[in-house]
Order: sequence, then structure tokens, then C-alpha cells
Amino acid sequence: MLNTTNYVRIALPKGKLLPATSCLLQEIELGLENYNQDTRIYRLKSTRLDYLSAKMFQEKDIPIQVAVGNYDLGICGLDWIEELLAKYTESPLIKVANLEYDRSNIYLAASKHGGSSDINILPTKWNNWRMVSEYPNLSEASALNLRLKKFSIFPVWGAVEAYPPEDADLIVLRAKDEKEIKELGLIPLKNLLSSSAFLIANRDSLQTRNISKILAYFSQGLKKRKKPWLQIEPKTDKYSNGHYREPDAKAIRLAVPDGHQQKPAIEFLNRAGLKLAGYSGDKVLNRRPALNYEWINAKVIRPQDMPIQVANGNFDLAITGIDWLLDHLYRFPSSPVTKLVELGFGGVRIVAVVSQKLPVNDISDLKNLVASGKLSPLRVASEYTNITDKYLRDNHVSWYKIIPTWGASEAFLPEDADLLIENTQTGKTLATHNLRIIDTLFQSTACLVGNKNSLKSPAKRQKISSLVEIFRRTAGSNQT
Amino acid sequence: MISQRCKGAYDLLPGDTECFRYIEDAFRNSCINWGYREVRTPTLEYLHLFTSAGTLTPSMLNKVYSFLDWDGWSGERVVLRPDGTIPVARLYTENLSKQKTAKLFYITNVFAFEETGKENREKWQCGVELLGNPNPTSDVEIIMLAVEVLKNLRIEEAEIQLSHAGVLKALLKEMKLAPQKEAKLQNDLRDGNWKALSKIKADNPNTNRLLSLLLDLRGKSSGFLKNLQALPGTSPELKAELDNFAQITNLLDSLGCKYQIDITSTRGFEYYTGLCFQFLVSNQRVGGGGRYNDLIPLIGGKDTPACGFALYIDPLMNLVKSRTGQNTDRGVMVKGIKATPEIIKSCFSLAQSLRNIGYIAEIDFDSRQAKWRWLVTVQPKSPRFIITDQLRKQKKEAASITKVVDIIGGSS
Repeated sequence: MLNTTNYVRIALPKGKLLPATSCLLQEIELGLENYNQDTRIYRLKSTRLDYLSAKMFQEKDIPIQVAVGNYDLGICGLDWIEELLAKYTESPLIKVANLEYDRSNIYLAASKHGGSSDINILPTKWNNWRMVSEYPNLSEASALNLRLKKFSIFPVWGAVEAYPPEDADLIVLRAKDEKEIKELGLIPLKNLLSSSAFLIANRDSLQTRNISKILAYFSQGLKKRKKPWLQIEPKTDKYSNGHYREPDAKAIRLAVPDGHQQKPAIEFLNRAGLKLAGYSGDKVLNRRPALNYEWINAKVIRPQDMPIQVANGNFDLAITGIDWLLDHLYRFPSSPVTKLVELGFGGVRIVAVVSQKLPVNDISDLKNLVASGKLSPLRVASEYTNITDKYLRDNHVSWYKIIPTWGASEAFLPEDADLLIENTQTGKTLATHNLRIIDTLFQSTACLVGNKNSLKSPAKRQKISSLVEIFRRTAGSNQT
Repeated sequence: MISQRCKGAYDLLPGDTECFRYIEDAFRNSCINWGYREVRTPTLEYLHLFTSAGTLTPSMLNKVYSFLDWDGWSGERVVLRPDGTIPVARLYTENLSKQKTAKLFYITNVFAFEETGKENREKWQCGVELLGNPNPTSDVEIIMLAVEVLKNLRIEEAEIQLSHAGVLKALLKEMKLAPQKEAKLQNDLRDGNWKALSKIKADNPNTNRLLSLLLDLRGKSSGFLKNLQALPGTSPELKAELDNFAQITNLLDSLGCKYQIDITSTRGFEYYTGLCFQFLVSNQRVGGGGRYNDLIPLIGGKDTPACGFALYIDPLMNLVKSRTGQNTDRGVMVKGIKATPEIIKSCFSLAQSLRNIGYIAEIDFDSRQAKWRWLVTVQPKSPRFIITDQLRKQKKEAASITKVVDIIGGSS
């Protein structure tokens, strides 16, 4: 696919790796001036080499994009490269150069309060070791290498450190050093990997294309005495792991969201009369905020990860979105998670989006186009893989491929995907990227979800229903 | 046309399937005649069945097809059966452990990822498990059963290579390695990397000598093992394992079964604790097996000595392909000249009568080419039936179905 064009394409990271990468690219004078934190465009062209273009992605997506051959080159952390290679060992991905910034380590860790703090004990026990990580493939490889007899892996979107000991026995997480792990109340069991930023290349590109000039720019830069990009510390959010309390079997376990949903959730909880210390407005986010109700134990995790955690009984209640609840239920139809109250904030539409250039007006046009073989397989990018899968099945679209993404999916169209299943509030962002909505799948708002089984538990039933009642009343007053 | 077949997956065409059935039938017949009973285990098993046994190496487990089921929110993963023995051991533990001995056999597919996609990712095997008997006679029994199956498949040239996991483990123990080093070495050996063993030197020169003898020499009778037993510095544990090995080879000698002792012959010895063996035809592995006394307790059952083997159908198919195929001699094409109700009725009842005397009878109204020895044309007028023997190039006429059956049936 790459050979049909003379362009060389490089995938550049958004987010925490951006400042140092931007500094490096400026120093080596590759002519990608617009690659900086303020940029609102995803596509860049080099002013120095007219055949070089770049696109910005979430760091996690970059190894995949380079491996599938959409990009010749990419810059991302070694952790995400190894995460891909741990499962897909044959990925045609070449590590070209260690760029040395954003150094960190990937640790296998446990809580100092749990019973899993001795690595030699782990393989001898018949426990089901619950592992939580943003790196599920590295986690599995380490479980197999440790020869754990039984383990379950929960891939999560974030807040890994908050899980042990109650909700996970082992975690695989990224940290600067052991000290940072210990500050979170965790014990590092094993250093699985030392990571830093890398320049990577697609194997076919290296074998068949002449990208020597670009590589030479990097080589020159890396030889420089002064390397200001190594001085740039990536900005990370500050959080604390709060005060661990022995689990109280009668307490109600509530999951509250971080990220976009945090602010409206705080407002809602305040109106409901629930005060969470360290959750609102504070500089350091406390993952275990104390509540003004003794009988509620709250934890701050990602809304995406809540339904599966509620399904497993780690939480009785959680504030998440209808979108994430449905994505979970479409994957696990018999899951005990159920929607209890719609909270009336965080309203978005889940929409099907195509490029303006694609000659389709609705999903049935698209179905016909795919059936005609002109757009087959249809490449569909989405954070909501299960919603996407069901939507395409229900609409008899064949054949399609789903590209799971971790946000910023709109950048995928039109080069790297044909269809997008995405949430939108106003549709403005989509319009500025020359994209068009062809269908609305459903409306999503924040909602309170619960586990059907804990609703039946005699110890918790009454507390849960009174809490649900408080939420219902608050949501009702919001709507009037 | 673009193939829509999955990478690493293969179709069995009619000729292949006949070949497959030929092997399966030979295997089933022998097993049944030796008193074994057939079982089937599910394609899906929990992943932890294979991890808890602790016997598949990480590199093997990295190749399993595992995924979350539709109710897998607890993170409990299922796998497409990567191995034939462990599920049968589970089946025995859950259902048959009250029997002192169980003799079971199965024909099953196993799944393992293969990177290039050029080889089968789904492989078929015929397996036998003899559960509950610790004696060398049972090791010998399963070898002789496998030999019989190969003989019935007319594969006379199969070579038997013997090894012994117990001897190997006792030797490793004598090398007194650090636990982590020993675990690493065990993994290497299970993955077939014997070079790792020759690199390691024990403190005791006797152990080194014995090790290099075992790695380098190939024995062809039980005498070889007795010689090793008699060497200076052999520990009692190692002696006991060598003794077990020698007892088995002794029995094989007395049964006139030829073999070669090659300690490095067993690839992926996984769960084996005692004798391991493999069958080779022109240097290609067509089967293997061994004793696995620790497996059943490892997956939660009580102490049960066991041994078994599997023959690999895929390489066997290449060996027997030329010998299988349809027997066209016993086949008749019953061809209706027209598709009138009367002719159709005659065709169907003639075909049934021929099938009743053991012939394959195919009905046709579309004037297709007859691939069988016999062709019977059914007409509305006399002569009602024209019989062509395509082998002898002869034609005969008949007026009734009984007459047709007499002519064809009486010809052989």
C-alpha cells in the first residue's frame, strides 16, 4: 500500500510524549514545525522534506499503525512496542533507535496490604490471581513466565494503582522507579521492562523504500552533545492512593469517575449531599476519597472500566456512562450489571461518522458500498469495539475490520479508517475535521449502575436502595 | 479466486477424508480389540486447566488460542484444546477415578498457533491413555498397541526412539543447580533445546561423565542401560530410574520389538515422569508418548500412575495416501434414461437391492460420467436394463431387478 505513493509517513505521539518529541524534531530540523502542544491539526507536512508527512496519534496506537503498514515510521514508548510484541511476536516492526527520553520502568507490583507480596509464593498457590493492567499482554506473559497456576487478567483504561489489594492481587504498571511505586503503597515484585521513547519502522518500509535521509536526520540529532529533549519531564497527573482501610463487608462500595466525567459527577454528588474529600478541586486526586457517610467506600477509577468491575462484585454501585454499560453488555450479555438511575449529565450522542468525501448518506448506502466490494473490508475505528461490532452486525455490513482506538479516533479518517463510531456533544469537532455524521446509534448520559446480586444481598439491600433513592431524587430535581 | 480459508487452516477434500478415515478405522479397531474404550472431550476448556498442571512451558502456552467467553467478565479464559492428554486426564478425574484402571482412547483435534501460517494450526491426533497402572508392562502395552496400529496401516519402517524423563530428572537433580537455573533448564529441554544441557557442567565429574555418555551414545538394547547403571558414582535415585528404563527395554527385547535409546529424542516432554518414546518414519515424527504419573494429582485428582501415546494423523496421511481411495469395483451407477415416475421408481428400487448386497449404488438422471466399474441403464422399454461392466468391457441385458442383482452379484 505504501509503495503506491512517494510519501513517507511518520506517526507522532500526542499526550505526555509530545513536548520532548517536539523538542527533538525541532532540534534535528525535520521541518515539522506545527507539531507542538497547541496544535489542533492532526496532519502535518514537512517544510524541509517535501515527501515527509506526519500524523498525530495516541501513543498506544502508534506501534499498531506502524506494524500494519499505515506508517513507515513512528515514535512511541518501548512499553507499548513490547505490549504489542508480547502477543503478536511476528509484527513487522523494527526498533530503529532508542531516543532515550521518557525513561520509566514497567513493574509487576502488589499491595503491601494483600497476601501477594512475595513473588516466590505466587506460583505455589492455587488462588486465582487477579491481575489488572493497561498492559494485558505483558501481564499475561509475566503470569505465564511465573507459572501462575490460575490467573485472570483485567485490561483497564487507567487508575491501575487504585485496584490492589481489594480489587486486584497483582498489577502491571509503569513508574519512574521503585520509590514511586512504594509511595503508592505498593510493593514492586519484578521489573519487567525498562522503557524509553523509541523510533520504530515498518519492516517492509525499511526493506523496500529509501527513507535513509530521514533516518540520517535522526542519527545526526542523536549524536549531538546537547540534547535538550532529554531535559523535558513529561507532565503527569498527580494522584495519591489515599488511606487504605480494611474492607468492611457491610459497606457499600461506590466507584466514581475521573477524567471528563469528574467535574459534573462532583456537582451531582454535592447536590445529593455526598461530600468526597480529595475528589473535588484538590490538586492531588485521592483515589480513595473519604465520604461524609461512613457506610460508603468510594474509589476513583475510569468510567470505561466500571461495568466489568461491578460485574465481578468489586463494586456495588458505579457512576459510569450508558455508552460504557452497553459496550460491556454487548460483550457479556449475561452480566449481572444493570442500569439503576440515569443521572442527567454528561449527555452525548453515539454516532456513525464518515469522511465528507465518502459518497454515502446513511448506513444502508454504506452497506451497499461495502457489499459492492469497493470498500471491502470496511475499516472501522472506535473506542467502543463491542457497540461497533453489534451495530455493523445488526446492519448486515460485511466485510469489516474493527480498529480499537484509545481516543482521538477522528484522526483516523479518511486515511486509516473508513468509518468511525464515536461520541459527540455538539458535532462541531467532527465538522472541523471534515467529517459527517450518517447515523445516531443512541443517546448516552451518565448513569448509576449496580450489580443485580448485591441488590439482593440482605446485608446491603437497604443501604443500596436508600442510596439509589438519593440519586434518583437528585437526578429528578435536575430534570425539572 | 481469492481463498477465504483462514491462515493455518486446511480443508480435507474427499480423498483426504478417505485417507483420514482409513487411519482412524485402523486405530479404532486395534484399540477396541485391545479393550480400550473411546471418549470425547469438549473443544473448549478453561485455560487454568493447562496452566495449573504447570507442565506446558510458557512458550507453548503463548501459542494457545485463548479468549473470554460470552460470560467471561470474571476474566476466566477458555482455550481451544491445545493438548489431547490433559483433557482426558480431567475427564478421568471427574468421572472415572473410582475405576482402578481405565483404558481410554480418542481421536481429536488440538490447536496451537503457528507463526508462518504455512503449517496446520489445527492438528488431529489419535491418542490412547492407560490410567491407574504403574507397571512397566503397561508402558510396553501401549508401545505394542501403537506398533500394531502402524503395522495395520502398513507402515513397517517406523523407528522407535526411547528416552526417560525420570532418568533425566534424576540427572538434573544430581547436578545440584540453583532452583531458578534448574527451572530454566527444564523449560529449555521441554522446548527441545538440548544444547542448553551440554553447556552446563556439574561439580561432580562422575555426573558429567554419565551425562555426556547419555547425550552422545545411542543404545540398542537393555544392556546399554545396565552398563550405565554399573558405572561408578551413580546415585540410588538415578539407579532406580535406570532400572525402570531397563525393565521396560528388557520386555521390549523379549517381544522382539526393535528400538533405539536416545535420551535427547523426546521433544516437549511436558508432563512425562518416566519412559518417553516417539515413532519416526524417514526422520519425521508420526507419534509419541510416555508415562506421566504426576499429571492427575497436579490437576486436582488423586495419585494416579498413567501413560499414553498419540499418533499424529497429519504426517500419517501423507504416508498412507497412495493406499487409500474409493473402491470402484464395488460401485454401480444406476442411470435413468428419462426422469419419468416409472423409471425413477425402478432406479431407486434397483439401487436399494444392490446396496443390500453390499454395493455402492449411485443414481443419476443427468447423464454424468460413471466412475464405477458397473453402469446400469434403465429404459422404459425392453430391454429394461442394460448392464455395462466397464472393467471387462462387456455388455449384458436384463428384464428384471432380480436378474440385474444376480449378474452383478455373481460376477465377483
